[in-house]
Amino acid sequence: MTALTLLKVERIKLFSTRSPWWCMGAAVFITVGFTALLAATIRPGDLGDLTPATTQFSYNFGFLIMMVMAILAITTEYRFGTIRATFLAVPNRVDALLAKTAVVALLAGLVGEAAGVGAWALSKAIRPEAPLALDNAQDYRVVVGVGLVYMVAAVVAVSIGLLIRHSAGAITALLIWVLVAENLLPAIPRVGDTIQKWLPFTVGNNFLYAGQQVGQDNDATPTNMPFGAWGSLLYFAVVALALLALAVGLAKRRDA
Amino acid sequence: MIEANGLTKRYGRTLAVNDLTFTVQAGRVTGFLGPNGAGKSTTMRMILGLDRPTAGGVRIDGKRYTDLKEPLRHVGALLDAKWVHPNRSARAHLRWLAVSNKLPDKRVDEVLGLVGLTDVANRRAGGYSLGMSQRLGIAGALLGDPGVMLFDEPVNGLDPEGILWIRQFMHRLADEGRTVFVSSHLLSEMALTAQDLVVIGRGRLIAQTSTRAFIDAASGSSVRVRGPELDRLREVMASGGLKADDTPATAEGPAALVVHGATTDAVGELAGRAGLVLHELAAQRGSLEQAFIQMTGGDVEYRTGDPALAPVAGAPSVAGAPVGVPGQPGEAPASQWTGTPAAARKADAR
Ligand SMILES: Nc1ncnc2c1ncn2[C@@H]1O[C@H](COP(=O)(O)OP(=O)(O)O)[C@@H](O)[C@H]1O
Ligand SMILES: [Mg+2]
Repeated sequence: MTALTLLKVERIKLFSTRSPWWCMGAAVFITVGFTALLAATIRPGDLGDLTPATTQFSYNFGFLIMMVMAILAITTEYRFGTIRATFLAVPNRVDALLAKTAVVALLAGLVGEAAGVGAWALSKAIRPEAPLALDNAQDYRVVVGVGLVYMVAAVVAVSIGLLIRHSAGAITALLIWVLVAENLLPAIPRVGDTIQKWLPFTVGNNFLYAGQQVGQDNDATPTNMPFGAWGSLLYFAVVALALLALAVGLAKRRDA
Repeated sequence: MIEANGLTKRYGRTLAVNDLTFTVQAGRVTGFLGPNGAGKSTTMRMILGLDRPTAGGVRIDGKRYTDLKEPLRHVGALLDAKWVHPNRSARAHLRWLAVSNKLPDKRVDEVLGLVGLTDVANRRAGGYSLGMSQRLGIAGALLGDPGVMLFDEPVNGLDPEGILWIRQFMHRLADEGRTVFVSSHLLSEMALTAQDLVVIGRGRLIAQTSTRAFIDAASGSSVRVRGPELDRLREVMASGGLKADDTPATAEGPAALVVHGATTDAVGELAGRAGLVLHELAAQRGSLEQAFIQMTGGDVEYRTGDPALAPVAGAPSVAGAPVGVPGQPGEAPASQWTGTPAAARKADAR
């Protein structure tokens, strides 16, 4: 079975139910909507703060929704037994699961791109006078690069779904990781700062915001990160792929 | 052909399948018989490469399932009709299956027609009745026109009409020369469906034989005979060297004799030579249930009676199933058998 065939199978599976469409719509709508709200309500005096980086401040919304979609793409297969139907049709589990991961990650990437570019473009339409021109590599990276972060995050989410197999459990684990652990671990005295620099999502975020300021004076990313922008993305991707390798390896050995 | 060799599966402390060796021949319907919790589903999952055997192995036409290229073209399976996303249409479900094994799209429409789902093919599968889900599962199994087919309890929970449909379908598949391996915990159903039997209890092989031989071997041969002069009849039988027992009058008939180890020919001739009038002379065929008890000894617990009065906890749909389908005279009485109650409950809970 060729890779193209397997990608087509996973594409049909994903798009023949309605929930991915809802997730994609919600991810773009909420992300773009929040930015538009900010652009529309910002005080004229603060207009200088409305930079390309600022238009991406709400990317976490869409990014979490797409991660939930990625988890559901795998856990619903376990819930409804279609994973068994899949393994009957494609006994090479590694290939089948990698194809699913690729389709979900690609989709998340496209949604991230739509949300990122959409948020920036709509802000520019609402506030043509704001400093929203994409002037340098940094500006481009923060607006156009957000899709890459979505993509890597989707790989992490699929892996979590594959390891835990239950929707509620996997989503809970994801939220604890992203919203709780990555925010609270840095608060540990003494070692917290060091830990923070290696937390995968924090590093992934650094790809977008390295060297940037969002809003008035708050740093969007910790200072003294171990990697630059692209190194951060690479680190995030390596963590995601390691997790995926673990999850797929286990799925290959476990009973379906 | 399916060959299992020393197949064993352990889940934690449960030994679900224990050193199972059997073969399923091509071109026949082979029944896979055993009470709930006997390990039928587990065995089928291992045949299909879904569960990994703890020991032993199983091959389909000499190959492991996981080594088959485009397996749907070789093996079709219906393990659980619910293995469909409820928000996906039947057509979409079959389409991704077809694409995965490079089967043409028109094959999807063909199998939908074969199982009679064409009209509802674009509706979401979650809204289907059990019978329709079962048909969709069969359509999926037929998609690659495979030579080997596996069905796990296909009639479970179906209404009599659905049961009849499935039964006829199995026969058609075998008539077309396919290998059909179908599991059931209902002996009466297997007697109607299967030519050969693989019988298991508590994960172990109990018998592999033809269905007829299984019944004959276990039931022995006895003859029910009745006439106005039962006492003389008994004497005549005794003088002919036959042992006869009295059976009291029941709802099924008045008091009679049961003669063991004889044919109706022998009993009739003895009575005729003595000039005795007979009101009844009939061979007694043992039911599969009796056969099973005889062969397994204490391996399973067996219950008989009105299924409505003696349902198995949590399995009413099973209790109401195919026994007593009209037009099946001489069939085993309505009956239901279970493993130990705990095992039955565990199996239901899955
Ligand atoms: N995934 C599983 N985990 C733990 N125990 C299982 C699992 N699958 C089956 N079992 C146990 O294995 C035994 C055989 O079950 P099963 O194969 O479903 O029997 P059958 O299909 O004949 O009713 C039962 O005791 C059941 O509880
Ligand atoms: Mg079963």
